[in-house]
Amino acid sequence: MKVLVKGAGVAGLTAAFELAARGATVTVAEIRYGLGGNASWFAGGMLAPWCERESAEQLVLDLGRDAADWWDTVTPGQATRAGTLVVAAPRDAGELDRFASRTSGHRRVDEDEIALLEPDLAGRFRRGLLFPDEAHLDPRQAMAALHDKLAAMGVEFRFGADAQHISGFDRQIDCTGMAAEDCGLRGVRGEMLILRMPDISLSRPVRLLHPRLPLYVVPRTDHRFMVGATMIESQSTGPVTARSMMELLGAAYALHPAFSEAGIIETGAGVRPAFSDNLPRVEARGTTVAINGLYRHGFLLAPAMARQAADLAFNQDETKEVA
Amino acid sequence: MFDLLGTKLPSRLLLGTAQYPSPAILADAVEASGTSVVTVSLRREMAGGRAGEKFWSLIRALGTRILPNTAGCHSVKEAVTTAKMARDVFDTTWIKLEVIGNHDTLQPDVFGLVEAARILCEDGFSVFPYTTDDLVVAERLLEAGCKVLMPWCAPIGSALGPVNIMALRSMRGHFPGVPLIVDAGLGRPSHAATVMELGFDAVLLNTAVAKAADPVSMARAFGKAVEAGREAFSSGMLEPRDVAVPSTPTIGRAVFS
Repeated sequence: MKVLVKGAGVAGLTAAFELAARGATVTVAEIRYGLGGNASWFAGGMLAPWCERESAEQLVLDLGRDAADWWDTVTPGQATRAGTLVVAAPRDAGELDRFASRTSGHRRVDEDEIALLEPDLAGRFRRGLLFPDEAHLDPRQAMAALHDKLAAMGVEFRFGADAQHISGFDRQIDCTGMAAEDCGLRGVRGEMLILRMPDISLSRPVRLLHPRLPLYVVPRTDHRFMVGATMIESQSTGPVTARSMMELLGAAYALHPAFSEAGIIETGAGVRPAFSDNLPRVEARGTTVAINGLYRHGFLLAPAMARQAADLAFNQDETKEVA
Repeated sequence: MFDLLGTKLPSRLLLGTAQYPSPAILADAVEASGTSVVTVSLRREMAGGRAGEKFWSLIRALGTRILPNTAGCHSVKEAVTTAKMARDVFDTTWIKLEVIGNHDTLQPDVFGLVEAARILCEDGFSVFPYTTDDLVVAERLLEAGCKVLMPWCAPIGSALGPVNIMALRSMRGHFPGVPLIVDAGLGRPSHAATVMELGFDAVLLNTAVAKAADPVSMARAFGKAVEAGREAFSSGMLEPRDVAVPSTPTIGRAVFS
């Protein structure tokens, strides 16, 4: 079976893997000239279904709990399984209780344990929550690793290619996100920064709870930190606004004042494709299977969506909606 | 029916549309609450012209009246610009006017508020000013042309409930003919019932529903509380007494002691 995957974001790449692994001959067409620039590129890369359950539906936890295993198996070494630390400033301690009551898979940690987990945060927070089973990855490195793996499996990549003009495939997998022709989709803008701060090391993503501006800091290699992400009901891909930048920097500063000396090495804004229930969908229409609406859960839910899409592509005789 | 500036509304609960887990849950919450007016902010979504259009069309599809707000505006100019944009986007002259004076407490800048209210009223807007419980500021807002007032009962999102009952009572007493909508600070349905029992015309809330574990059920609970509070107010409640008053007469009964 010859399959054309449209879009080389995390949905397209994971779908390409699931299809190629089951024996399909896969071509990935991406309108951009490389792996960058899409929503996945600006993602936090947290594989944190238990934390996300605070505001997401149970389905996100059900579909996302095996994501770290998938990334470990397919791209060994990309996922770091060190959990997530959730903290709040003393005056927002109520937020921590609220977060704990809405989630599972965590345990309380006190000041001493926080210092053991993250020595650079010693003395800064009295209490927190540790979600030990969560993981994180660097989205850009993970996408590059997945791309290389796919290339080695014989998947053909066509960058800078408009999939409209490519034909001769038995199945098409539409993973074009916001570019898909789906009137039910909306964009939720997310803005992020990457800071570089040699004086600080973190081993795991740290979420800083705040009544209005909950933000997170995800460690990347080389003392780089991704700070994210705003959630704005807007399709705008324009540059990070000053206000959002101040909020993101304020969160980093609240986590550790040493971040005030960090270099801002990148700012970015992506638009998350979302349906009105903020849940992803895999749909079959004719010979096309569409994966969309991954919202803020691209790296977390793409593996499960890819498996569903591959199932549909391989026995596509009816139109149905999954998840 | 609640007559709000000539519009007959079946519900006295106004609901904000921010911070819900998803637009689908928002839509269910709106339906469960029975609300007939939702508020929506434009400030941040405006970035890049009408980039928030998709979300706004979901709001229009709720089928309620829309009260756009100027949340996040810190100056008169910003608030006036946002109000005009809102008039175009939602085709309404209603505007909930917020001019924030303190980023941390989200306390209104009452001086800027009065100025922006005057400008917008002169421009034909029906201004719903988010204000404190200060009577003098309320007078100034009415002078500026406002026909309705929206005092806080506690800081936005604080869930504290009415922290100064005396001030709320006195506001109600001073402005018997002005629609007064308690906006901001409500945390629980009992808070909403309390201010409705004081005779406020309606309540507006957002976080208490949006951030509840089950926003849809909480919306329903608030809808009932607002209705209960209003009905109690209209029914003539007993004033508290210092002595016990038995509900059945004791005179004429046998005394065994």
